[in-house]
Amino acid sequence: MTTPDTTDRSSTPRISVRSMVLGLALIVLAPLAITGAINLKQFQVVYRNKVENELAVMIERHSFIIDSFIQDRLSDVRVITREHPIERLSDADFLRQVLNLMREEYHGAFVDLGLVTESGVQIAYAGPFNLEMADYSSAMWFEQAFDDESYVSDVFAGLRGTPHFIVATQRRVGDETVILKATIDFEAFNAVVEGIRIGDTGFAFIINREGKFQTRPQFEVSLNQAPYAGVLDGSIRSDRIHVVDGENRLGEPSIFTFAPLKQGSWLLCYQQETADALGEVRRMVRVAIIALLIVAVGALVISYFVSRNLAYQFAEADRERTVMTHQVIETGRLASIGELAAGIAHEINNPVAIMVQEAGWIDDLLNDEDPTSEENLEEINRAVSQIRTQGDRCKEITYKLLSFARKTDPSVREVVLNDIVEEVIGLTSQKTRYANVQIVKNLEPDLPAIQASPTEMQQVLLNLVNNAVDAFETPGGTVTVVTRAEGDAVVLKVSDTGKGIPEANLGRIFDPFFTTKPVGQGTGLGLSICYGIVEKIGGTITVESEIDEGTTFTASFPREPIEEPQETKPNSEREGQ
Amino acid sequence: MIEPSVLVVDDEVQFVETLVKRLDRRGVKVNSAHSGQEALDTLEGSGATKTDVVVLDVKMPGMDGLETLALIKEKHPLVEVIMLTGHATVESAIEGMKHGAYDYLMKPCDLDVLMEKLNAAAVKKREHEAKILEARATMISLRRGD
Repeated sequence: MTTPDTTDRSSTPRISVRSMVLGLALIVLAPLAITGAINLKQFQVVYRNKVENELAVMIERHSFIIDSFIQDRLSDVRVITREHPIERLSDADFLRQVLNLMREEYHGAFVDLGLVTESGVQIAYAGPFNLEMADYSSAMWFEQAFDDESYVSDVFAGLRGTPHFIVATQRRVGDETVILKATIDFEAFNAVVEGIRIGDTGFAFIINREGKFQTRPQFEVSLNQAPYAGVLDGSIRSDRIHVVDGENRLGEPSIFTFAPLKQGSWLLCYQQETADALGEVRRMVRVAIIALLIVAVGALVISYFVSRNLAYQFAEADRERTVMTHQVIETGRLASIGELAAGIAHEINNPVAIMVQEAGWIDDLLNDEDPTSEENLEEINRAVSQIRTQGDRCKEITYKLLSFARKTDPSVREVVLNDIVEEVIGLTSQKTRYANVQIVKNLEPDLPAIQASPTEMQQVLLNLVNNAVDAFETPGGTVTVVTRAEGDAVVLKVSDTGKGIPEANLGRIFDPFFTTKPVGQGTGLGLSICYGIVEKIGGTITVESEIDEGTTFTASFPREPIEEPQETKPNSEREGQ
Repeated sequence: MIEPSVLVVDDEVQFVETLVKRLDRRGVKVNSAHSGQEALDTLEGSGATKTDVVVLDVKMPGMDGLETLALIKEKHPLVEVIMLTGHATVESAIEGMKHGAYDYLMKPCDLDVLMEKLNAAAVKKREHEAKILEARATMISLRRGD
């Protein structure tokens, strides 16, 4: 038993539930959030590529369809031009016949048909407008139609004042050249392009190289802006399918797709807001965030409970450690007090012996004196005998102190507590009768033996019983002595129905010299000795007390010896040599 | 009333001096020594026959009571020894009695009790000596063949 190191008591900082929750949640959520963000970003990139590819394919298909539409119309006109002699084509009735046939065949894509001579005069015309003999010699398309064998014009208002475009083929007979021109219904053509709609904001339209609309865009488009401006001035290549990111005229991020039409003279443009195009991604992001939130809430809840549990366990461990520390300190304190007391007792014993001896010597000398010669003889005698009495008192104190501190007793053997109880009750019968105290025995028969010194056990019981008897302020009361086996221990209880011990004193009652008895009646060592003896043989002694209810001392002894025989013998031998 | 011859051995000089005076007053022939070695020298010098009882303190610096006891018993087996002890060394006193000490006393001791024990020890020693003399006489007479 050594004095406990004080650093053992330095309490570790209390871990708060909140910081633990935060820490745990961070540990769980941080990786989750990071991987989530990375995955999402990855997914976004991949999905965007996919969307852009799909758009490109879609636009390519449409551009093919539109090109085919134009080429087919051109072929129709070319076939008519080739099939029929000019004389018939010059006949307006014939043309009307052909036009009706084509309108039936192509769902009204053709508006009119006309034959124009080299001089630019439309000599024959079939259609809703009154354009016979119209002069096209100054029209832009007319020149170009003469340069190429077949020709498809841009959309223009022309003589009739409504947007349209024409397909034309020429026919040479000898020196004479005629041009058969067909007008394509703008609305029909427009519908083909307008039909390209994806999502809420995706739409398509056609422009020519000069930046003129060939179809009506569903939404307003500003061609001065990027990327249209770039396409038109040639800084963005448009001879093949091209996908560009940019902003629409409202400033929303958008995806722009371009495809060349009509050998590159027209551009099929498609634009869609990015958010709309990647709507799937947005939904994914939303789902992922919701999932992450659910996980986060779950992690918080779990970490809260885990933390609370941990904090509880920490607190519990803390509490246990405090109790342990208290016990260790208590034990250590008593041990060091005991050692100190033993040292003092040893040192004081010799001077006291000398003092008592000298008093004896005075006594001896006085015996020789003539009783009449010394007038104070009686008083001197009294003083000397008082010195001796007080010397004896000192002796008693030092003996008790030493027995409290004594470490070994060679006479340890098997002791049955019940026998000791009987002996001690016999010894104290005189005192108990005088105090009118009744002693009640409640002894367990066949009590297991313990390893102890019988004289020491006697001392323990004597002290406890004497204390119990002294606990009554007025004569009369009951002291109960109980023995019983409890698991691996033998328990001795000595209870009284006396005045009880104030709580302030409870912690000190095992301290040497602590007593509430009047000076001269108690040394304050009785319970210290009990404590020393009980601790020495590996037992424990505790006290419970309630004011005016009584006090119970409970001593518990190990049933089996705790290395006691092995430890005691070498010790006694060492001391014996 | 026999007059025991006593040797008091204790390192506490003051204690020894007074004890010697008091024993002297009671007709005891007293010598004193302040260490185990001194006690052995005294016994050697005066002869064991002149000392009946040694009063021996257990706790002494240098050679302690038990060692001194062993040597006394070895060299002067007839001399009786009474151990003088403080409370904490009672075990040593008991140990001493196992090794031939006559009795023990706790300090501070009552002089009357000490006197009783001294007398008893002296009587024992003298009887012992007498028996030895008797035995010796018997042996001699046997040898003479009477």
